[in-house]
Amino acid sequence: MMFSINMQHISKRFGNLRANDGVNFSVQQGEIHALVGENGAGKSTLMNILYGIHQPDEGSILLNENLVKLETPARAISFGIGMVHQHFMLIPSLTVTENIILGNELTSMLGFINSSEAERTIEQLSDRYRLPVNPRARVESLSVGQQQRVELLKLLYRNAEILILDEPTPVLTPQEVEELFHTLNNFKSMGKTVILITHKLSEVMAISNSVTVMRRGKVVTRVDTVSTSQIELARLMVGHDVEFRTVKTSPPSSMPVLVVEGVSAQSDRHLPAVRNLSLSIAGGEILGIAAIEGNGQSELIQVITGLRKPTAGKVVIKGQEYLSSRHHPPVSHIPEDRGKQGLVLDFTISENLILGRHQEKNFSGLFRLFNEKVESNAKQLIQVYDIRPPTKHLRVRNLSGGNQQKVIIARELSKNAPVIVANHPTRGLDIWAIEFVHSSLLRERTNGKAILLVSSDLEELLKLSDRIAVMYEGEIVTIVEAKNTTERELGIYMTGAVKRGA
Amino acid sequence: MLALLLSFIIGGVFILLIGKDPFVVYAMFFSQTMGSWYGIGQVLFKATPLIFTGLSAAISFRAGLFNIGAEGQLIIGSFLVAMVGCTFSSLPSFLLIPCALLAGALGGALWGAIPGFLKAKFGAHEVINTIMMNFVAAGVISYLVTNVYSVPATVHTPQITASAELLRLDVFASAFHGSPVNVSLFIALAACGGVYYLLWRTRFGYELRAIGLNPIAAEYGGISIARRTVLTLALAGALAGLVGGNFVLGYKHYYELGFSEGIGFIGIAVALLARNHPIGIVLASIFFGILEYGSLTINTMVPKELSNILQAIVILFMITLTKFLSRWTTHLQECIVQDSNV
Amino acid sequence: MFDSLISFAFLSQTLRISIPYALPAIGGTFSERGGVANIALEGILLIAAFATTVGTFWSNDPLIGICCGVGAGMVTAFLHGIISVTLKADQIVSGIAINLLAIGVTKFSCQLIFNSSSNSARIVGMEKWNFPSSIPLLENPFVAGTVVVLIIAHVVLFRTRFGLRLRSVGEHPAAAESLGINVSRVRHAGVLISGVLAGAGGAWLAIDQHSFTDGMSAGRGFIALAALIIGKWTPLGAAGACLLFGCAESISIQLQSSFHGLQFIQLIPYIITMFVLAGFIGRSIPPATIGIPYEKEKH
Repeated sequence: MMFSINMQHISKRFGNLRANDGVNFSVQQGEIHALVGENGAGKSTLMNILYGIHQPDEGSILLNENLVKLETPARAISFGIGMVHQHFMLIPSLTVTENIILGNELTSMLGFINSSEAERTIEQLSDRYRLPVNPRARVESLSVGQQQRVELLKLLYRNAEILILDEPTPVLTPQEVEELFHTLNNFKSMGKTVILITHKLSEVMAISNSVTVMRRGKVVTRVDTVSTSQIELARLMVGHDVEFRTVKTSPPSSMPVLVVEGVSAQSDRHLPAVRNLSLSIAGGEILGIAAIEGNGQSELIQVITGLRKPTAGKVVIKGQEYLSSRHHPPVSHIPEDRGKQGLVLDFTISENLILGRHQEKNFSGLFRLFNEKVESNAKQLIQVYDIRPPTKHLRVRNLSGGNQQKVIIARELSKNAPVIVANHPTRGLDIWAIEFVHSSLLRERTNGKAILLVSSDLEELLKLSDRIAVMYEGEIVTIVEAKNTTERELGIYMTGAVKRGA
Repeated sequence: MLALLLSFIIGGVFILLIGKDPFVVYAMFFSQTMGSWYGIGQVLFKATPLIFTGLSAAISFRAGLFNIGAEGQLIIGSFLVAMVGCTFSSLPSFLLIPCALLAGALGGALWGAIPGFLKAKFGAHEVINTIMMNFVAAGVISYLVTNVYSVPATVHTPQITASAELLRLDVFASAFHGSPVNVSLFIALAACGGVYYLLWRTRFGYELRAIGLNPIAAEYGGISIARRTVLTLALAGALAGLVGGNFVLGYKHYYELGFSEGIGFIGIAVALLARNHPIGIVLASIFFGILEYGSLTINTMVPKELSNILQAIVILFMITLTKFLSRWTTHLQECIVQDSNV
Repeated sequence: MFDSLISFAFLSQTLRISIPYALPAIGGTFSERGGVANIALEGILLIAAFATTVGTFWSNDPLIGICCGVGAGMVTAFLHGIISVTLKADQIVSGIAINLLAIGVTKFSCQLIFNSSSNSARIVGMEKWNFPSSIPLLENPFVAGTVVVLIIAHVVLFRTRFGLRLRSVGEHPAAAESLGINVSRVRHAGVLISGVLAGAGGAWLAIDQHSFTDGMSAGRGFIALAALIIGKWTPLGAAGACLLFGCAESISIQLQSSFHGLQFIQLIPYIITMFVLAGFIGRSIPPATIGIPYEKEKH
């Protein structure tokens, strides 16, 4: 069989972590190949090696049967390899043309850029591959879908034959995903090779010809897509059968604990993000929020947790309104990004365990921090939540992701607030840590807390939630009972295809 | 330590370049600074203002802010110290001295709070604004001193009242005789203790450090970054403003244009060398004090500007060596880990 | 009295004052557009002025002196580049250290060469160009040179491959690197250009005053920094701001004898800069990654 890419026995370590461990990876020319695996399985590392960003510690790379060394991205580009990164590598203040030609500029003898010629080339490319975009527009004015087109045009402009796309879909609307898949099929029919990194198995089934599954730095299997199923892939990815539903013991109470009334809020860019939104969560209830990234769910959470001022409406917790008061609302908040938001990585475990609680009378007076109380608090929580290693004065940076999340959960749940907001609480965690997070949330549900859960993982939402609200463009499109719905149905609502009441 | 050693070696090369024997020069340098109580007194006198500006820089660094404005803050502060010292001549010492210092601290605090406010309210970067405030301070004070308050034909203000003067240490310890080291050294040491307590024993210190290490997490933890930013820079300004105690109340007994000679900037070096720790700041200040006074003592052999060169080289080595060493050690650790895995 | 303001002499004085602001400001634009904050401009000016003096003193030829000045500016800027780009240390601290170094080195060497740490011997100046008298302002080669530099700088920054790459490494170095651009090399180039131009500014200071005096840069590097901020990190804007400052200074010189407190006019650049940064007078947005060393993302 003729492979256009053949990576053999690739190993790569980062400090203690074996990101890739003897990986064999091959793709045929003219196919769409899916590379799947959980976060941290080593997909991105492997592709960064193929794109010349990282050098493998061991192993070799063959392109069209020829041994190659890819020391830099420039080298990879010269072999016709192109990559669209998960976070777009675009420069917002430059135009589409400038972004596309950067590093590969057409210039006159003196180094002047011939922009009209470049624009013409780009227009031709965008016609040929049906990727409409205005070459003179500034990238910051484009929608996410359009920006992705610019990224693809960047590759085509460099005559890329092998296109690597790192998780291209989470930021897209369903229509945009459909268009993207059209484009990819188009590429295939023109003989180009596409590698799609994803962990959405439905996409794998929908578009790929073959698939490689990775787990913990190793390749588990490589199969043709037609000869496998979504369930089997899921099993291979996580290493055990996925349990889809959990049995919830007690029904929610009828008393609403968290009430959001007519809240509107703006995004950081001063665009309306939440529009006149109302919801209520009872004690002992988990309300899930399903939405594609950027539909106002982050802003809604910020309003409820007191981090963002709404332009209208109010948040009521246990009958008390929390917008006018200067005090932060009594909400346990498990934020989206551990290292960025939830923790001060260079603080010790003890210090992190009082972040946001440090103003409580227990822990500090106006001119004093009660260090003994801080330490005894840490000692207790480390034990209860089994944080490892149990060393109070260790900097949190040195903990594993799962234990870092435990620090956050320990701190937030020990507030004993009536409302819990969990935003992507399991992102990037291994299976055991995920289990820990899920059981913690379910336990708090039994304790009568009102829980708001935002997750892009629909399986997780279906497993944990009592009801699921679907947000689209800042509004709640519908609220459904979790046990009466499916991923597919949620998907339809998330796209905004069906409006409320329709 | 390595940085200090390397700087002295390079300094030695400079000395060689002008045809002098570096060993002779350095021998004189050290015997003059550390070989007598008088020399030690001079060094401590030079170190005192550096402790204040070092603390000023360090407290801002801890909060993730860059205060290049200590120079302007200490100019304003010291001027006010002198003004209070010569205006309220009827007050007794125990009231007048605290009042003068308070005025200095408040002036410095105001000068620090303005860039703090501009940062908190409008997101204007404090590096540029504190630099600009330095020039504005220098301009305003030079106008006031030359045109309004000067003793004719000089560039300094009138003498402060005798009751505002801070005692020299040679009053208690005659060994220091003749050196200008004075009671403000103890004020500086007290300020170090205060900053230490503030950073690690108070709520505000906890919040300040959280903001410096991760502002997003701090905000998530209910800390108002805007307010803390203003307060931190005001505090940094107040510390810088206290410099006037040493020069005005303790030494010359008047405010003189251009007395600061870059103390504010060297404070940044002190903070870097001390890794923003109050105790380290005392040591680093003494080191820079030795450099400053020592290069004065060897002026007959080598131009005294050697001290500026040495200071700059110490800073450059500090910022590059720490980077370099940390990269090297992590690399070494990785190697060890890999070996043990094989 | 105000007649004196609208005169040829006034205009020529304004231009002369503006040169040592404009050259480093235009240079600084290149460094900062590439993502390297350059508060070392002040030190570069000082060192270049000294090198020019020494070069001219020894050779008795101002052209050789200017070459020495520009060369010294480049070397100093290269030091800043090595520290902040190659070694990825803090750019602001590096700048402060270089400014200190400049004060020390120039005084130290001045003492050695001229036997006084504050003044050099007198050096020869430059001859005027014999340009057609219709444009008498250009008879000063530095004025003409600055105008040419300004135009070239604008074109290079916004119309050439190098300019595009420079802007890209300042805005999003990871994106630039993913397209095969050597981020360090481009940043170094930006810093070196700032050294050349600030060096030329320093050379002009020395040639104009026919000597070196200690601390003769007198904050001009910082005014240049202010100008490039007010000029929104563009060569034309920065030069415009410098002209404005030069004009203000010129006015204060002309009116010095008749008013008290005119020193305050010289504070105007600093205060305007603070207003501009705060967004009161049009927002000035710095390059996205200015001040941040580029480290390859691990893992």
